[in-house]
Amino acid sequence: MSVELDVFVGNTTIMDKEVYQLWLNGYTVNDAVKVRIEGGVMEECEASAEVLLSDTMDQYRTFQMCERLLHHPAKLANQLLFQIPPDRQAMLIERYALACQFNSLDLVIIQFQTFICISLFRYYAFDDSFVREVLGKKLSKGTKKDLDDVSIKTGITLKSCRRQFDNFKRVFKVVEELKGPLVENIRQHFLLPDQLARDYAAIVFFANHRFETGKKKLQYLTFQDFAFCAGQLINNWTVGAVDNMMEDMDVDLDKEFLQDLKDLKILITDKDLLDQHKNLVCTALRGKTNVFNEMEANFKNLSRGLVNIAAKLINAKDVRDFFIDLVEKFIEPCRSDKLTSIDVNLYLTHYTNSAHILDTFKHHAVWTRYMGVIKSCILRMYHD
Amino acid sequence: MPGRLKAKIVAGRHLPVMDRASDLTDAFVEVKFGNTTFKTDVYPKSLNPQWNSEWFKFEVDDEDLQDEPLQITVLDHDTYSANDAIGKVYIDIDPLLCSEAATVISGWLPIYDTIHGIRGEINVLVKVDLFNDLNRFRQSSCGVKFFCTTSIPRCYRAIMVHGFVEELVVNEDPEYQWIDRIRTPRASNEARQRLIFLMSGELQRKIGLKVLEMGGNAVVGYLQCFDLEGESGLVVRAIGTACTLEKISTFPATATHPNNSSPSKDMKEPGFGEEAPGVPLSSGPPTPLRAQTFSSFSPSKSYSRQSSSSDTELSLTPKTGMGSGGSAGKEAGPLKALLKQQTQSALEQREYPFFTLTIFPPGFLLHVGGVVSARSVKLLDRIHNPALGNTRSYKLLDWNSFTADEPETRDAWWEEIRQEIKSHAKALGCHAVVGYSESTSICEEVCILSASGTAAILSSRFMQDGPLDTEHRFEEVVSPGCGFCHIPYDELNIPFPAQLTYCYCCRRYKVPDVLFTTIDLPTEANVTGKGCLIQARLCRTKKKAQGEGNAMAISNLLPFLEYELHTQLMNKLKLRGMNALFGLRIQISVGETMLLGLASATGVYLTALPSPGGIQIAGKTPSDITYEQHISNMQKKINDTITKNKEQYEINPPEVVEEIIGSPIPEPRQRSRLFRSHSESSDEVSEIDLSHGKKDAFVLEIDDTDAVEDIHALLTDSPTPAGFYSCNTEIMPGIQNWTSAIQMFTSVRVFRLNANLTNQGLNKIFSDLCENLLKSLYFKLRSMVPCCLCHLNFTVAIPEDELIQVAVTAVAMSFDKEQTLENGKRSGEKTLIKAITENDEQLQFNLELNAESSSPNPLGSPKGLSEVGSHPSARDRCSSWIEQLKLKAHTIRRGSVKTTSSMEKASPLPEGRSRSLRSNRSYSGSSVAVVKMTPLSFIPGAKIIKYLGIINMFFIRETSSLREEGGVSGFLHTFIAEVFAMVRAHVAALGGNAVVSYSMKECVFMENPNKNQAQCLINVSGDAVIFVRESELELTSVQPQSATTQTSNGGEGT
Repeated sequence: MSVELDVFVGNTTIMDKEVYQLWLNGYTVNDAVKVRIEGGVMEECEASAEVLLSDTMDQYRTFQMCERLLHHPAKLANQLLFQIPPDRQAMLIERYALACQFNSLDLVIIQFQTFICISLFRYYAFDDSFVREVLGKKLSKGTKKDLDDVSIKTGITLKSCRRQFDNFKRVFKVVEELKGPLVENIRQHFLLPDQLARDYAAIVFFANHRFETGKKKLQYLTFQDFAFCAGQLINNWTVGAVDNMMEDMDVDLDKEFLQDLKDLKILITDKDLLDQHKNLVCTALRGKTNVFNEMEANFKNLSRGLVNIAAKLINAKDVRDFFIDLVEKFIEPCRSDKLTSIDVNLYLTHYTNSAHILDTFKHHAVWTRYMGVIKSCILRMYHD
Repeated sequence: MPGRLKAKIVAGRHLPVMDRASDLTDAFVEVKFGNTTFKTDVYPKSLNPQWNSEWFKFEVDDEDLQDEPLQITVLDHDTYSANDAIGKVYIDIDPLLCSEAATVISGWLPIYDTIHGIRGEINVLVKVDLFNDLNRFRQSSCGVKFFCTTSIPRCYRAIMVHGFVEELVVNEDPEYQWIDRIRTPRASNEARQRLIFLMSGELQRKIGLKVLEMGGNAVVGYLQCFDLEGESGLVVRAIGTACTLEKISTFPATATHPNNSSPSKDMKEPGFGEEAPGVPLSSGPPTPLRAQTFSSFSPSKSYSRQSSSSDTELSLTPKTGMGSGGSAGKEAGPLKALLKQQTQSALEQREYPFFTLTIFPPGFLLHVGGVVSARSVKLLDRIHNPALGNTRSYKLLDWNSFTADEPETRDAWWEEIRQEIKSHAKALGCHAVVGYSESTSICEEVCILSASGTAAILSSRFMQDGPLDTEHRFEEVVSPGCGFCHIPYDELNIPFPAQLTYCYCCRRYKVPDVLFTTIDLPTEANVTGKGCLIQARLCRTKKKAQGEGNAMAISNLLPFLEYELHTQLMNKLKLRGMNALFGLRIQISVGETMLLGLASATGVYLTALPSPGGIQIAGKTPSDITYEQHISNMQKKINDTITKNKEQYEINPPEVVEEIIGSPIPEPRQRSRLFRSHSESSDEVSEIDLSHGKKDAFVLEIDDTDAVEDIHALLTDSPTPAGFYSCNTEIMPGIQNWTSAIQMFTSVRVFRLNANLTNQGLNKIFSDLCENLLKSLYFKLRSMVPCCLCHLNFTVAIPEDELIQVAVTAVAMSFDKEQTLENGKRSGEKTLIKAITENDEQLQFNLELNAESSSPNPLGSPKGLSEVGSHPSARDRCSSWIEQLKLKAHTIRRGSVKTTSSMEKASPLPEGRSRSLRSNRSYSGSSVAVVKMTPLSFIPGAKIIKYLGIINMFFIRETSSLREEGGVSGFLHTFIAEVFAMVRAHVAALGGNAVVSYSMKECVFMENPNKNQAQCLINVSGDAVIFVRESELELTSVQPQSATTQTSNGGEGT
């Protein structure tokens, strides 16, 4: 004796927010039912476990049907399969607001209107701990196969990992082909809120350049640190950054700029220039910090580190090591000298500005463009 | 050549990828009507083609216009191999043929394929030029309006109610034709879909012709059904009520609603006064009362016979003469008798004085007798030889055309049943049957035909020519709140055992102790407390058998099944402390090894009827002490339940003076108003003793196991959770202040049984299945609390051996809590004397609900209060939040719209449309117009301003990758969602924003999990309408046109 078939279809689509979250988190139906039972929805609504199971399965099916649409959010606007109730919209938002206020979210049932805003957002939302694991990895089948390890490591269900991974991949595939600003493209095609679109831009950018993020030395960095740096790179070092009209997109770094970076080598290869630069910086720093001696002693070392990074960026392989290089060549030496981030800020400011005063140094534009990003990245990354 | 159909293919969107290599599609469209086909150009390499075709013009007869659907096929062009079909759209152009309905079909319609479901959408424009004047209309049946609604549609007034129309069309089922052996299932399913569209069209046209012959202009309560008889064919049949309707001038200035002709004034007298001169006062053979109208044929012949393929020679003499109108009750005075005769003569002209209506114009329904039903078991394989149809259907022998075509056979079957219903009504002293419906259940070669209705006496008002002026010439004031309860039959000649008392409202006429009806609760009825859904469920095993033996076995089982269902209903009614059932629907489903019976109704406490007594349990052998204790425990439980139920449903009837009812514990022999029989045994009705022999009906003896089971069944019905009410009628008594939040839904469950179950086991499973389904619904809809599930329509089927399928369609409607409490209190305080005033109040409320009056009711209707009252406070509290969220929603939405319009850039048309949509419905946040659906005939808080035509759609979906599509549940879930989407799209294309009286008539699901296959057929129908919110109505009442365009933007954007 068994229920062979059990469906419920409303003219307006009913979605339970709580179940939606469970589904997103990759819970199986049975686990989701358990969570719901523990949540006490049964007592509230005089329901039995059987009812809850039926409801959960039904909800899961609805989400699966929606999933197809969620993969192409632009179609959501004129899809016909799910009805959007306008007159309930005001009421729902109202209820949603009230519920938020009174902290009883689980009773809120989202209908499709709010679903567009919130569940789309939720569907594309990801766990920072998960993304940290795959950041910079190739979004390929191979990586997907390794997701079970990631799942074990992060404690996120495999299903959820797969969904998140597929989201990355889907977004990557779509924007790869598109021209124009990356963040804007993501926002338009996937109807995501600004912050989330920026995060996706970072993920796409990292995946595209395969930045190394997994080394032990980089473990202390969070996804948000990387996302910030990606934003800096996208905004300043890509083709789109200098010329919006360019046909190219801003997933790729500006090749010409990378080529020009080689010219900065003069700052370390020319002995006079290096000494002159050091003097200028030291003069400016003297008396302003109590780690002056360490800074002075380390100047050549640090300068060589930064300029070498610049000179190497023309090789795609070295681009991958950009972050590890920053840590090894700059952040670690500073940290061992016990510089505070204020010190670092001070140092980098003067280091950047002094170069402009050098008589024989001609590459001011490239230097500014390079150091602007380096400085903000280092400052963001300079923490425990 | 009376018509030109024009179609234009504008664009497509979201098409599937048909060419794997390029990930694109080279789409073109074939437009077919009748035998003419046009093609568009191929639009290469696009999933969003812009054909922008010329107008394709079809010059056709209006007969074809009515019969044929416009068939649009989208194909993928392939240079080397055959073109692949992407999918099809069938467009029923009937709504365009009526001047008062839609004028154009325009919008995005889903492209449907029987294997893949919806595959993108196509934007089309369809128009019809009819080269005709009114005379043209008269010759074809174009222009006859059809309504599924079983009441007079909201923006019309009934001038005349002509009566019953029926027709059926038979064809071979393509699935069973020889060709099916060689063609693909897809081709056969497409052939089926097309055939059924054609047959429905033809059926509608034929019914239309009958209506025109009767002098009507509309069919109300149009009920069309399919019988998939397998090998022996496909029957499409329909019944309805022919009427002459007049559109009410729409806007408040001339607020004339039928309700205005106050129902508190008795309508009998005017009828008498008007008609007296021309009508013979004896009940002899009826004279041609309206001979001038229908001079072409003799009135003693039925309309249904004219021009139809269903001529029969059945005798019209009623088989049972008892209780017929001749002898009026002693309290009914000569006037009443006269009146009775008169309306009767008006009705007797009709072969079948049947009405499919369930809600009546005020003053139309005078008295209600009780439920009448008839069933007949037939063998389908003997279709060409009716004499052998069933050994006991002797009546068929009268029938002289043995070699007739199939429709004749089917007609004869129904004829027989209708005759029986008619005679049952007569036996109840009634001349009409209202709330009439017909249904079938087929299993292999056995078919059960059922018909049921409510015997009633109607006023002649709507049956005479010309509307009666509502001059108030009435002598006897009968309160409309109780009048319909007064017995129509002769007290001394009661056709069945019943206990009569004087009416608790007016104290002048006799009323029965319980009342069962198939109609909706009359709006003017006096009701105490609230109502609730009452269901009786029953399963009976039966031996597997073949042919006649099987038919016999089923016929033999039926009476017991019905008897038990009835007992269950009665007990459950008592348990809830109620005394009347409305909307009673008994469904009997036949399978190979069992019979299922499901009776659903809405129980209420009618103030006019006596209070029901409790239920007493008695054991026969009071030897054992524990046994007695057991009994007293049970008794206590029952008593507690009754008290609890009375509280829950707010049943606190006014105290009654003892003199009238003899004793608090009612007399024995309380028995049913359910008057039933089986066709083969109609003469044996009296043999089926409906009472428990000589025992007191309220005393349940628990000696036999059946009774124990009954009691258990009584107590296992779980109560509805707090905040929920349920009914299967249109409205719930005691709840009036609906909010605009409605949610229509369909839920389907299939349950697999173990073999070798006993009757009791089966019963329990079936009962649990229904109960659990209800519980699930309550849980699902918990966000709408307080709410009422209205029009809960259960359909049971036995798709296979050991499978039970239950499908439910209903609407959940929220209401305002505070108001209800107040109402409840008020009704509680009400005394008997106040009943009539309350009634007036209710009427006024109804007036306001229906009529256009925008001016506030001086009495302060609950409606107005609820609309205004509830929201502001909540809104204030979190306004900032809302603003924030709205803002967010808006920005996201803007993004979406941007991408959409860029996609549609190529064609100016869709963009213009979507822009206009956006401006009109900026709040909706979507370019898809929202279409409400409801099984009810109205939309709370809104006024229907236009009926656009009937929606009648039939879809088949099949799959051979069942697992991949999420199993049976995933498959059916998607399919139902797609059907909803298609209904909404077609309504929006007609310019409508809602479907009322929606129903899912058929949901036939078959699976073969071993082969990974499944198939499902769904038939849905309803009325496409345009509604305007009452609040909007007030704003736009000055300029009625603006309201129309605003709401109909879905279709008229261009």
